[in-house]
Amino acid sequence: MSEITAEQVAHLANLARIDLSSAEIDRLTIELGQIVDSVAKVAEVATPDVPATSHPMPLTNVFRDDVVVPSLTVDQALSGAPDRAGDKFRVPAILDEE
Amino acid sequence: MAKAELMDYDKALELFEPVLGFEVHVELNTKTKMFCGCANEFGSGANTNTCPTCLGLPGGLPQVNRQAIESSIRLGLALGCEIAEYSRFARKNYFYPDTAKNFQTSQYDEPIAFNGQLTIELESGRQVTVDIERAHMEDDAGKLTHMGGAAGRIQGADYSLVDYNRGGVPLVEIVTQMIEGGEADAPEIGKTYVAAIREIVKALGVSNARMEEGNVRCDANVSLRPRGSNILGTRTETKNVNSLRSVERAVRYEIQRQAALLHAGGTITQETRHWHEDTGVTSAGRPKSDADDYRYFPEPDLVPVAPSRAWVEELRATLPEPPAARRKRLQADWGFVNLEFQDVVNSDLLDVMEATIAAGAPAQAARKWWTGEIARLANAAGVSADSLVTPAQVAALIELITDGTLTDRLARQVLEGVIAGEGTPSEVVASRGLAVVSDDGPLIAAIDEALASQPDVLAKIRDGKVQAAGAVIGAVMKAMRGQADAARVRELVLKRAGSAE
Amino acid sequence: MTNLINQTAAALAGLLADGSVSSVDVTRAHLDHIDAVDPDVHAFLHVARDAALATAARVDARRAAGEKLGPLAGVPIAIKDVLATHDMPTTSGSKILEGWIPPYDATVVKRIRDADLIPLGKTNMDEFAMGSSTEHSAYGPTHNPWDLDRIPGGSGGGSAAAVAAFEAPLALGSDTGGSIRQPAAVTGSVGVKPTYGGVSRYGAIALASSLDQVGPVTRTVLDAALLHDVIGGHDPLDSTSLTDAWPSMTAAAQAGLKDGALKGVRVGVIKELNGAGFQAGVKQRFEETLALLTAAGAIVSEVSAPNFEYAVSAYYLILPAEASSNLARFDSVRFGIRVNPEDGPLTSERVMAATRDAGFGDEVKRRIILGTYALSAGYYDAYYGSAQKVRTLIQRDFAAAFDKVDLLVSPTAPTTAFKFGEKTEDPMAMYLNDITTIPANLAGIPGMSLPMGLAPEDGLPVGLQVMAPARADARLYTFGAAVEQLLEAHWGHTLLSQAPALANIEMFATEGGAV
Ligand SMILES: [Mg+2]
Ligand SMILES: [Zn+2]
Repeated sequence: MSEITAEQVAHLANLARIDLSSAEIDRLTIELGQIVDSVAKVAEVATPDVPATSHPMPLTNVFRDDVVVPSLTVDQALSGAPDRAGDKFRVPAILDEE
Repeated sequence: MAKAELMDYDKALELFEPVLGFEVHVELNTKTKMFCGCANEFGSGANTNTCPTCLGLPGGLPQVNRQAIESSIRLGLALGCEIAEYSRFARKNYFYPDTAKNFQTSQYDEPIAFNGQLTIELESGRQVTVDIERAHMEDDAGKLTHMGGAAGRIQGADYSLVDYNRGGVPLVEIVTQMIEGGEADAPEIGKTYVAAIREIVKALGVSNARMEEGNVRCDANVSLRPRGSNILGTRTETKNVNSLRSVERAVRYEIQRQAALLHAGGTITQETRHWHEDTGVTSAGRPKSDADDYRYFPEPDLVPVAPSRAWVEELRATLPEPPAARRKRLQADWGFVNLEFQDVVNSDLLDVMEATIAAGAPAQAARKWWTGEIARLANAAGVSADSLVTPAQVAALIELITDGTLTDRLARQVLEGVIAGEGTPSEVVASRGLAVVSDDGPLIAAIDEALASQPDVLAKIRDGKVQAAGAVIGAVMKAMRGQADAARVRELVLKRAGSAE
Repeated sequence: MTNLINQTAAALAGLLADGSVSSVDVTRAHLDHIDAVDPDVHAFLHVARDAALATAARVDARRAAGEKLGPLAGVPIAIKDVLATHDMPTTSGSKILEGWIPPYDATVVKRIRDADLIPLGKTNMDEFAMGSSTEHSAYGPTHNPWDLDRIPGGSGGGSAAAVAAFEAPLALGSDTGGSIRQPAAVTGSVGVKPTYGGVSRYGAIALASSLDQVGPVTRTVLDAALLHDVIGGHDPLDSTSLTDAWPSMTAAAQAGLKDGALKGVRVGVIKELNGAGFQAGVKQRFEETLALLTAAGAIVSEVSAPNFEYAVSAYYLILPAEASSNLARFDSVRFGIRVNPEDGPLTSERVMAATRDAGFGDEVKRRIILGTYALSAGYYDAYYGSAQKVRTLIQRDFAAAFDKVDLLVSPTAPTTAFKFGEKTEDPMAMYLNDITTIPANLAGIPGMSLPMGLAPEDGLPVGLQVMAPARADARLYTFGAAVEQLLEAHWGHTLLSQAPALANIEMFATEGGAV
């Protein structure tokens, strides 16, 4: 059995910025434990000699020329904003700088 | 905020050895952003340079700017780095409203450049070699404006506004190894190191390098090691120290603050700190915690960058002379003493000086004009000296002085005309009629008139009291509205007065 | 008049080209049919009636003016809601995007517009394409046209149901672990996941960037090929897009209709995808299909892919990891809904967390938390890192298999369509359902599903999955068209002609003996 705890799930929820209820945390603790137990089997064959594949097709050096293309209009850019002030997106107070 | 106790700087150095580290972010001056074709432009209207990619809209995807890769490789090479044969972008995951995708596209364990070094020279002549751990590529965040509460401060703001124009602008982050042995020079090392980076990116042409516009931003890490100990102290990371003077002040401040705290039996918290330019202090920010689990992983929307060795060598061939070497060469060529040369460097006038001298002006004359009258006018107008006149114009002006067409006083008027857009110095001389009057006729007429109106002076001169001639010379110069060579006037006055000098 | 909704896209294209019908007529017929059946099927989240008719009229006018139009000009199409459309809401099946109209079109949407197809509307899907049943849509499930109590597959249940219920002749889907192929299998339609990089992902709301691919959802292999030719090809806006000069998929499909197209074709049966856990009727139809292939001259052999055993595990690490990062942008700042916390101070951080709690469904939260865990410091190597290695092993398995055979086959899904709610309680059981389709996504190779009959025990469609080496999409179309022709000749009809009539619709009554 994996050792996923409710505290761990709460911490993950905080990292993922999801305000889970304690009921959700409890349920996810169990489910996550089961899933992790099951998927952990990847380690069985993932030996050091096997290289990792992050992209299915092995491309390299795909670049774009440094040429300006038209941007969205300000109204397009802000068209989906839940809140705006003038031409800027408006967000609630921020606690502290990153 | 509560004022921190500070220990006397010399005492702090007696008790502790400062250990430094710097992360310098350089904004590249590409035409477009790192991962999309929006303009990389400072000062446009809010959110005018945005698209689905840099706004992080659902479905937006990144495309790497080739120029940004080239600039990063050139910068890496200029810092003496190795260029990775295989390099990848990675996502650095954290939530913040200025980060449109809520991850920064950066590089993690496979940076484009690594293992470099940069030797800097302090004012004392001491040379310090700073080891560069890595230089990696990433994108910048948007800009937040905090509204309500204490003006502009994040603490106590009611809400904030976001402009994503800067979001996605290409950055190179240069990370040093630990810098030990700086001792009392530590603050100056910080300032000089950042100045050197700034000079290099400018010489390479990869950044506008304007610190006041945030093109070069410095995070300064400081820790103290008690004398006799080999255990490193806990470090603080002071963010966004954005002028050379501030780097020096912030390092010095942290040394004094940490020393006082440690000496009083306290401990240093590993945290980010904010630098306050106005009060010259740092204040505690967010402590480092496991919330800093950035969950890096290779960016699946971008493919690896694997620069061929041929490409790297091609780029190496485009590197300019290293700024430090260039300075040495120029000072020697121009024959300037340190003070004179520093004056030019500090005023950011090396390039225009070099061009002016190349256009034929004597070095000292070029220095006199650029650091003197032109700098004064630029200062008054709040613009840079090189935006007022071109090196060619200054060289032409100096030439007119050398050949006797202009006096310094006249030359200043010509300069004004040139700046006002009236044409080349010769054109201004012609149109304003400012040349020295070299024909003796009008001078003699003016002298005779002056002597006639001041018979007592004439008598004195005739008596051999030559210094009395000053009054007549002054009157003549005034009559000629300055357009006369004072030495010639003096010569003629004495002659007309019949002096036997 | 010809029944316009039962025609294939290829047939409609012919009728439109020779002037027998107008695009407005074809479009109106489909819109009317949507009005009639979609209240039961719920394939659509948005129907763009007026815009579709206006676009159709413009295409008709241009054709009347003698303009040369593309092969599918005037043919209606349904668009999975995962694709950004500047004139229709785009929600990806999530409440967090309710009502969002993007300021841009996905590249594939732009391409179908440029090719003068007629967008009918947006189709339902599991929220952010997470699921195999479309039960995880925030807007209610789509119902399988074969049995309204059953799932239409997922995540692209809406697109598959739309074509299976004759609401549209063509649809666009996206396939991250089978979301095009599995719905095709359980609805008796055709679906293709192209080679990774063959079709642009720009404007497709990302689930897992290294696995996602957009592809065609249709009723015939030839129709899929026609649509593939419209949407495929290099797109500089997608850095993972391949620059290959692709052959015509349409020509490839047509080649499959020629006599002897199956002769000598080496077909590999994947041992690991033909064993325990497969429904009896699925296995039976699969064996019968293999026998027909052999009779038609194909050389059928068994191949082994030993690492497929680890595919589901690797997939359920890579997908949540990438998804947890891709879905971070849903933060209530630039688009989407904003929800304030019930109490306490209104800070940016708390509003984001409250919005994401209210806006995401359970399955999405589950996978975000799982992905966050898999990427966390201290776990990365054991989970995400190991999963990437399994990916290498699966690619090697495919490479070894394709050394021996031209194509690989398996049932598309272990079972026929299950009933609503049957698997929602056990996430792992739902995940294991994707065992057949996941390997192709991990390896980046193309895959197709086409109908291979009805399971005798429940009378529901069974799909045949065909896989080809990366970049060999054309091979899929040639083989798929040949198999489709072989099976239909064997049955004497198309599979979808056997679907029960939907409420009050006498669609098949009017069509004569065509199907
Ligand atoms: Mg950084
Ligand atoms: Zn942009």
